[in-house]
Amino acid sequence: MHRSTEQPKAPGAFGLGSAGGDAAALSGVSMSSKEFSSSSWKKLGDRLFAFSARSFAILALILLVGIIISLIYESWPSIRTFGIGFVFSTDWDPPMEKFGALIPVYGTLVTSAIALLIAVPVSFGIALFLTELSPVWLRRPLGVAIELLAAIPSIVYGMWGLLVFAPIFAKYGQPLLSATLGKLPFIGALFSGPPIGIGLLSAGIILAIMIIPYIASVMRDVFDVTPPMLKESAYGVGCTTWEVMWGVVLPYTKTGVIGGVMLGLGRALGETMAVTFVIGNTNFLNSVSLFDPGNSITSALANEFAEADPGLHTAALMELGLILFVITMIVLVISKLLLLRLAKGEGAKS
Amino acid sequence: MNLLTRRKLVNKFALGLSMMAMLFGLVWLIWILFTVFKLGVSGLSVTLFTDMTPPPGDDVGGLLNAIVGSLIMVGLATLIGTPIGVLAGVYLAEYGRFTLLGSATRFINDLLLSAPSIVIGLFVYAVVVAQTGKFSGWSGVIALALIVLPVVVRTTENMLQLVPDTLREAAFALGAPKSVMISKVTLRAARAGVLTGVLLAVARIAGETAPLLFTALSNQFWSLDMNSPMANLPVTIYKFAMSPFSNWQDLAWSGVFLITLGVLALNILARVFLRVEKIN
Repeated sequence: MHRSTEQPKAPGAFGLGSAGGDAAALSGVSMSSKEFSSSSWKKLGDRLFAFSARSFAILALILLVGIIISLIYESWPSIRTFGIGFVFSTDWDPPMEKFGALIPVYGTLVTSAIALLIAVPVSFGIALFLTELSPVWLRRPLGVAIELLAAIPSIVYGMWGLLVFAPIFAKYGQPLLSATLGKLPFIGALFSGPPIGIGLLSAGIILAIMIIPYIASVMRDVFDVTPPMLKESAYGVGCTTWEVMWGVVLPYTKTGVIGGVMLGLGRALGETMAVTFVIGNTNFLNSVSLFDPGNSITSALANEFAEADPGLHTAALMELGLILFVITMIVLVISKLLLLRLAKGEGAKS
Repeated sequence: MNLLTRRKLVNKFALGLSMMAMLFGLVWLIWILFTVFKLGVSGLSVTLFTDMTPPPGDDVGGLLNAIVGSLIMVGLATLIGTPIGVLAGVYLAEYGRFTLLGSATRFINDLLLSAPSIVIGLFVYAVVVAQTGKFSGWSGVIALALIVLPVVVRTTENMLQLVPDTLREAAFALGAPKSVMISKVTLRAARAGVLTGVLLAVARIAGETAPLLFTALSNQFWSLDMNSPMANLPVTIYKFAMSPFSNWQDLAWSGVFLITLGVLALNILARVFLRVEKIN
């Protein structure tokens, strides 16, 4: 509505306004828009506007560098005291001032891995449904519904996970897993122990629900950019819908799909509130069982930071934050580069 | 088994799984919303909006200070983050489209968009709270504004890119300086999209808890002093939900209901808004 009525009007509006008087002076100047802005219009306001836009853009760069520098600065006492051993130590003893990051890092990596294991196939199914199977009129509402999952604040997931999901999971889900997967050799140990509802596995499942919308919507978008001709050729030689998806669309878009998965991984690694509620928050790890409670980097920060003593405890928590930031940045950079590559049409090579 | 039947069977099986995946996603959404609405609506009462958060052991109480604190902080963070974000987005789309600074900023902005919000909290703690020596409402506002920023930058840039270059050329041909061209033509054409971005950013920070944990902290009492710890809904919910008191948990459900309702309303509003603009 606004677009169509106002766009034609807008040029007329300033033709009569402040710019009108100078317009005559321009008649002899070449028509390149670049030259208009740089050589002929050296008005203060114009320059000021350009300057402020530019400096706010630089703010983003400063912000990233500032985050890294401040985290390193604040965690320096801990880096100096524990060195590289910080990452491999399971100690976490604030009164004795002994700190090690292994348990939180383990918790973060394990919960994110569980989340990816569940979320990737489900997201692929959802994207497949939305691009190929769903009737056209249902596509939009279903897509929006999945995206709304991403809009629900993480604290809602956390509270729901702790008070609604965990009791039900302890009563039905975990006994079922113990009785089936728990009987298998090797991986059986992962599903052993008392079913208490909260723990690494529950945190991973909640994380999976949270990242499904991110991965699914990237997958849907990249599936949509597959040239119809490719798909139609495949259908034309008699492929089934599944064969077209698995054999043609997926290889064509694999860069983008991996980018989307990495984006979801970045989300899962940095998620705080949902994990804090359901992971159990203990700094001990007695077995390899995923039913055990644990701790993640984010939940350790959320639980301890506000009450931590200044000094080594705060510095150790800051170092945890630094580790988290570095891991997520690496994951997000990879994701971004893969998605950019696809945008440039390199996916066609595969 | 004959090859054709097997292929058909595999196809049926895979498509069935795909449908199950879709259902799997929807079930969680419905289950979560159902619980939140059921428990939230039953906790609704007038005292929720008139009373302060109760101390332990007290039976009556509401969320007034937390609701007001959240509104103030989200409002101020939006007011600070939006103009900066819009201008940075303008730079990316209008000035630095093909420059090195432009692509570097675009890349880093996308990283900040998905950066863990708890790290933003740590950063603001280190830069503001540790320097001033106290938790404060302002530090919470700064943390939230830093989360608004990348969202607004991204949508502003994307929406400005959708504006056809012929409009820009028309404005230049009439002798408009670049700043006038941007503010009166391209930004105006992209207005709906930019506003949608702001709405989505508000929806995002309304539920953010992690960056407030060590900046605004929380406050059990009524306080409008931005230089002291400030009550807010997310941190209050976090504290109350983890507590053993059942009336605190009930209040937490009511808070969750209010936040979810607000965030979903903003999201749907933003979508409807953008869609109406697109059609016309």
